[in-house]
This record gives sequence, C-alpha cells and structure tokens, in this order.
Amino acid sequence: MAALLEIRNLDVRFDTPDGEVHAVKNASLTIQEGECLGVVGESGSGKSQLFLAAFGLLAGNGRVTGKVLYRGEEILGASQKRLNGLRGGAVTMIFQDPLTSLTPHMRVGEQIIEALMLHRKMPRAEAKERAREMLDYVRIPESARRLKQYPHELSGGMRQRVMIAMATITGPDLIIADEPTTALDVTVQAQILEILRALKTDKKTAIALVSHDMGVIAGLADRVQVMARGEIVESGTADEIFYAPRHDYTRMLLAALPKADDTPPPATKVGPPLLEVEDLKVSFPISRGLFQKPLTLRAVDGVSFTLHQGETLGVVGESGCGKSTLARAVLQLLPKTAGTVVWLGRNLDAVAETDIRALREDLQIVFQDPLASLDPRMPIGVSIAEPLRALEPQLSRQEVREKVRAMMARVGLDPAWINRYPHELSGGQNQRVGLARAMIVGPRLLMCDEAVSALDVSIQAQIVALIGALQAETGLSLIFISHDLSVVRRLSHRVMVLYLGRVVELAPSTELYARPLHPYTRALLSAVLAPDPRAERARKRELLTGDLPSPLDPRAQLTFLKSRLGDPGYRPQLEQVAPGHFVAEHDQF
Amino acid sequence: MIATGQTLKSSEEIKGRSLWMDARRRLFHNRAALASMIILGLIAALAVLAPLLSPYAYDEVNYDLIACSPGWWPVEAACRAQGHVFGTDAVGRDLFVRVLFGARVSLAVGLVATLVSLVIGVLYGAIAGYLGGRIDGLMMRIVDVLYSLPFIFFVIILMVMFDRNFILLFVAIGAVEWLTMARIVRGQTLSIKQKEFIEAARAAGVGPLGIITRHVIPNVVGPVMVYVTLTVPGVILMESFLSFLGLGIQEPLTSWGVLISDGADQMETAPWLLLFPALFMAVTLFCFNFIGDGMRDALDPKDR
Repeated sequence: MAALLEIRNLDVRFDTPDGEVHAVKNASLTIQEGECLGVVGESGSGKSQLFLAAFGLLAGNGRVTGKVLYRGEEILGASQKRLNGLRGGAVTMIFQDPLTSLTPHMRVGEQIIEALMLHRKMPRAEAKERAREMLDYVRIPESARRLKQYPHELSGGMRQRVMIAMATITGPDLIIADEPTTALDVTVQAQILEILRALKTDKKTAIALVSHDMGVIAGLADRVQVMARGEIVESGTADEIFYAPRHDYTRMLLAALPKADDTPPPATKVGPPLLEVEDLKVSFPISRGLFQKPLTLRAVDGVSFTLHQGETLGVVGESGCGKSTLARAVLQLLPKTAGTVVWLGRNLDAVAETDIRALREDLQIVFQDPLASLDPRMPIGVSIAEPLRALEPQLSRQEVREKVRAMMARVGLDPAWINRYPHELSGGQNQRVGLARAMIVGPRLLMCDEAVSALDVSIQAQIVALIGALQAETGLSLIFISHDLSVVRRLSHRVMVLYLGRVVELAPSTELYARPLHPYTRALLSAVLAPDPRAERARKRELLTGDLPSPLDPRAQLTFLKSRLGDPGYRPQLEQVAPGHFVAEHDQF
Repeated sequence: MIATGQTLKSSEEIKGRSLWMDARRRLFHNRAALASMIILGLIAALAVLAPLLSPYAYDEVNYDLIACSPGWWPVEAACRAQGHVFGTDAVGRDLFVRVLFGARVSLAVGLVATLVSLVIGVLYGAIAGYLGGRIDGLMMRIVDVLYSLPFIFFVIILMVMFDRNFILLFVAIGAVEWLTMARIVRGQTLSIKQKEFIEAARAAGVGPLGIITRHVIPNVVGPVMVYVTLTVPGVILMESFLSFLGLGIQEPLTSWGVLISDGADQMETAPWLLLFPALFMAVTLFCFNFIGDGMRDALDPKDR
C-alpha cells in the first residue's frame, strides 16, 4: 500500500529583492496512515515552508520542484480544484496563531460547519450538531454557547481548540500541525497536546507535527525528522533521535535544552538587601463605554519580596499573571497604585522624576523581543551608547566609543559591527545588543523580562550562559522573568510563582523544584515537557482543566481556595512552611 | 550556529546598511519610480530654464499669429506659426513658453503649499499624539471641525474678502492640506509610542524630548514622506481646479490650470491649446504618484 503522504526531493526557492533564498533543499519524507511524524528545526530551517509548498500554499514569489504523492496521487502542481478538495477535507492544517487563522467577523460555529457543508455536503442542522459534539471532544466547556461566539471572545487556548475542532471535523487522514502550541501558555500547551494525542489514538489520524520544541515532539511523535537550513539532516524513530542522535546538529539541539535535572546554582553568599518590595499593587482601569463605571484590572495585586546583592530571583507565571507589569512597576516605568519599593534603603516614592532617571544607572532591563526593543533606524552602536549619553553626559565621544566597543566584545559581538543595524543581525545577536545596552552603565540590578523566550533553544542556552557569566563577573542581582520554569531554573537562587497578580509560592529553587507545594506550581512543573519520549509517553500529568480565569473576575483569586468562595474579597495569604519557603493558602486536592 | 565574532579582531568597522539606504536602493530599483524622477527632473529643469529656451517672452503678444497651430501640426489649421513649437494662443503668445511658466507656478504652488502643510501638520500631529489624553482629544476635535468646512466656499469667501492674490492661494490650500497630515502623523506617533524600543529608551534614562527627537520623529518620517509625494499632485490639481473656476492665478501670469481652462474654451478650433498643458500636467501628476507609490514600497516592503 502506498504511504499516506510521500514527499520526494522537494525543493523550495524564493525570489526576493535581496537575491534567491533556498528555503528547502531536496527534502524527502513519508508519513504512514495513523502515524505522527515530528519535524523539528530552529527558525528559518524551512520546516513550515516544506508543508506549505507540498499543498500549494506557497507565497507568490516561491518556486517548488519535486514530487508530492498523496496516496500515490501526484498533488504538486495539481489543479486548484483538486487541491481545494483535498485541503480542509482529507488533509487539514492547524497554524501557530489561532487568532489570525480564524475569520474575525464570523461566529465560531459558522466557521466550523463551513468545512462540513463544503466537503461533506452535510445539511446545516446536522452539521451544527456535529460541530457541538466536536467542541465537546476538544474539551471546550459550554459548547452550545461557544458556537455563537466570535473568535475574539475566546481565549488563546480556546481558539486553538476551535482550530483543532475545525481541522478534525471532516475526519481527515492527515493533520498538519504547524507549531500548534507555541503561542500558548505551558499549562494550556499540555492540554492541547493531550487532545492531539487522543486524536491519534482514537481516530487514527496521522499527524505531521512541526515544532521548534523538542519537548513537544518527544511526547507525540513516532518518527522524527530534524531540519537545519532547509535540509533534513537526520531522521529516525523518536527513540533513535532522542537517545542515540547521530548528527552533530541534533546533538547540539538536545544539549541546548534545559534539562529537568539541571542543578540550580548554589546560593552564593548573599549580600545586603538591595531591593525591598512591599505589597506592590498596580491596577489599570478598563473602560466599558460611556455610561458604565470602568472596571479595575488588578495586574499586580499585593506582591512583596526582597532581593539581595548578587542574588537571582526567578519570577514565573503564565500570560496575564502580571510578571511584566511587576517588572515595570519596580523600575518605575509604570505608576504603581499602592505599596512601596525600597532601593538601597531609599523609598522610591520620595524620589523626584529627574532623580529616578539617575537611578537608571543601577536599574536596567532586557526585553523579550530583541528586534522590537531596538530602534530600527539606529545603528546598534548608537543604541548601546544611549544609556551612557543620557546618564553620563560628561563622557567624550571617544570615551563612549571605547566603552561601547569594549562592551560589544564582552557580550560576544564583533566591535567592527558598531555601525550595523538591528535588521542585519539575528535574534540572538540583537539580544546581545540589548544586553550590552543594559550592562554598559554597570547596573546593580538587571531585570530580564522573558529575555530568552523569543530565541531558538541553542541561542537561548548561549544567552543564559552569558547572563550567568556577567553576573559572576560583576556581582549584579538579577530578576529573571519567564513563563518557562525550566529556563528559570538554570539561573535562579530563589523562584517566585505568580498567579493572577499574586504570589502563590516563593522558595529557594532547589526546594521549589523538589517539593512544590501549591497545586498551581505543581501543574506548571508537570506541564514542562522533557525531551525524553519514553518518560513523556508514560507520564501522567497533573493537568489544570480549562484556561486561566479572567483577572477581572473577583473570584478568580480563589481558584485554589474554593472553600473561601463565600467571601469573594478574600485573598489567599502566604504562609511560611519551611525557612524561606512560602506558600499561599490553598485547599487540598 | 552563528559565529559570534568573539575571536574576530578586525579594526575595520563594517559600514551598516541603514533602513534609509535599503529604501533608497529599492526605490532606485523601481523602474517606474526612477523614470518618473528623471521625467520630473526634466520638467523642473525646463521650467527653470524656460526664458533661455525660447526667444519669446511669456506675455509677448503678437496679433499676427492669433491661435495658430504649430508648424508641424498634422491637421490643416487656419494658420500655422513657424518657430512656435506648441503654437500660439488667442492673443498670439507662444504656448511653449507659457506652458513652462505655468509649470513654474503649478510646481511652486504644489511644493510650497505641501511644505506649509508638512510643517504645521507634523508639529501639530506629533504634539497631539505624544501628549495624548485630553489635549490630544481637543486638538483632534479642532481638526475635525476644520475638516467639515466646505473647501470651495472657504476659498471663495477668502477671495472675496481679501481680493484675489497669489499668496492667498498658498494659504487656502495649505490650510486644508495640513489637516490630513496632522492626522497621519498623530496616528503614527501613537503607534510608535507603544513600541518596545521607546520603553527601552525610557528605561535607559532618555528624557521625553530625547525620545521625540531621537526615536519618534525618525520613525515617522517614512510614512510622512510618502504622504508628501502624494500631496504635491493633489495640491497641483486643486490649484488648477481653482484656476479653472477663475479663482486662481491672474493674467498675464499663468498656470496649468489657467491654460487648460483657456484651452478648453477653444477645444474645437485650436485643440493644441488644451492638449499641451493637459499633457504636461498629466505627466507630472503620474510621475508624482509613481514616486509616491515607489516610496511606499521602498520604505515598507512587507506591506506590498
């Protein structure tokens, strides 16, 4: 019997004004019925283009050659009509961003049944019923009501479930899932992967799982192909790839992953307290039209912590937990609503605006998106010099230049690149620029706001190592913010877990990873994917059901303390259970 | 893996490719835009050199050659004026030199009025966008009110009140054009204000003035330049429209609008009087639009 999908010698090239880009080089692969093929590669490896090209979805300037056989039938260059019949029917796709892949002006239900009516010629009422069943299948609560909602009314995880429902409802043989969980929070990612796993086992659907994340692939894929720079460099069963990688690139990818047993650095001798944050609150008014009272969104709702000299505090939480708001409020980039921030014994409330700017010598930040945080019209040397020009105007041009060159060399950038522009550099290089800009004034506290989240794993490891080295050299304190517990683990002495603007657990990192006490921390840890297929397959997860509740819902704070729901204004209080280990009150599950 | 250049020890500094250089390269690679720039340059040069190119003055009347066709005109006409390449008008003036003088006026009005609207619009829009809040609301409502005034009535009233004159034309057109510019700049400023690099600059300790001059304005310039190149032809059209209505330039001075208006009156007996000024104006407008288009593509290749 012919394979479900066979791609032979596929070659994809793009004509761009800057010359030809060879995106996929001579790639071949097969997918059998009911099998999951994982395609792993870092950004720019051509992994997405491979499947887009195979199903005739290439951008206008792309050219493709080779053979694509679906059940033995050549579909490369097949008529639009044939391809349209195939796509959305027998072969469906799930993309990374569920918001942009859903039509914003159509109700969710209409979009789901569209495919059914088109491909299965099903009558409307029956299609509706099928759609409702399908939403139940992907575990969307209140499915009947959801069908009447618009995409923007659903959360990210919910939208991705709708996409999966759409992709599954026609009963396809093959689902191409292109980074299906990359835009989602870790706990939601775990749920989505569970659904995909169920699809594979119950419905015997073949899945092509494209991802940059070895952990995502490990739990689901039967066979794995590794792509680098447009080429398939290694292919084999999941066990072969993960336990006995042969190609250097695969080995490097695996080595760069944060391991579950990465030992957190020993708590260094702790200096005097640098920063004391006491009951910090930041809230934003959400206006609701002209005549209604605006709602208050409590982004940070009473957070207290102390940071010592030379210490790293990891801050972990999912989107909307207020971790970025916390960072900005501490740095006085956002006005706080209540609480105090004390820096070196000085209450920052009492400090005038102009003096706050002088304080920036000590307090610096590295942002998540390396490209967006650099002015596109400025050479990187000028960007790096910016804090110097603002904070140390007495320096001469020559001195500034020398300092910039020295700092560039320190963060691993060639000083000769001083006049280059951010768009000429890769993401990792731009993040080094961001780091150089933050470090050039010799800060005592560096805030890393998801500083490595947007980078490829191999680059991630390099940047984390660089930050660690800079800390060891200068003795600066770090607040390392991330949604990913395993990344935080490598650097942090203590870890603070945030949930909807409040601390649910704060503990030394060895303690937290070994003995998580709060159910939310446990769920987060359980959602971390290990690049270990056997362990992943065997694993029973402690899954949270559903999505994060809205921070606007006053009862959301009591998600883990349902016994106090009678008193909706109540906030779970932190209790010290061991020296330095604090846990918020919660019910026993 | 990406080489990080730690081992590289070159003293040569690599010259970076700035976004401006990229944009310029893309603009010059756009054939329509490049050709348009050359043609526009030729027209501008002709307009400047007009008195040197023709033995006739723009207001030199010759009653012997009333509405005569050019010597090379293929259709039989009442009379032929040898030596007048575009023929002569109803009072025997050389059309070629008048078209070029018209070009002077039309291009000058286009450029000056656009410049006026640029200065007012960019300042007004950037201030409103950066300050935001109530001030922004108030400033933009003023713009909305001005927008709703009917333009032609506004011009007619101005002309009646202050008598017709050349300067008034700039004022009237500029007063209308800056409104759109202000809106565009405000919108751009608002979106740039949200960008992470602005926050990064604040975190680096840069003050508000530094942020506006070093980060906001350089990033607003792109869309503004595109709008400017598209405003110039709009203004030229507007001037010709006013002149056509008899509200614009006065004789013996002329503009393309006036020439087209006069030519339209004698379209049947002397078509060249309409053809040449109309041709010049159409080509100019085409050129500006192509350049504007090319600039947009060059500055933001992703939005194509």
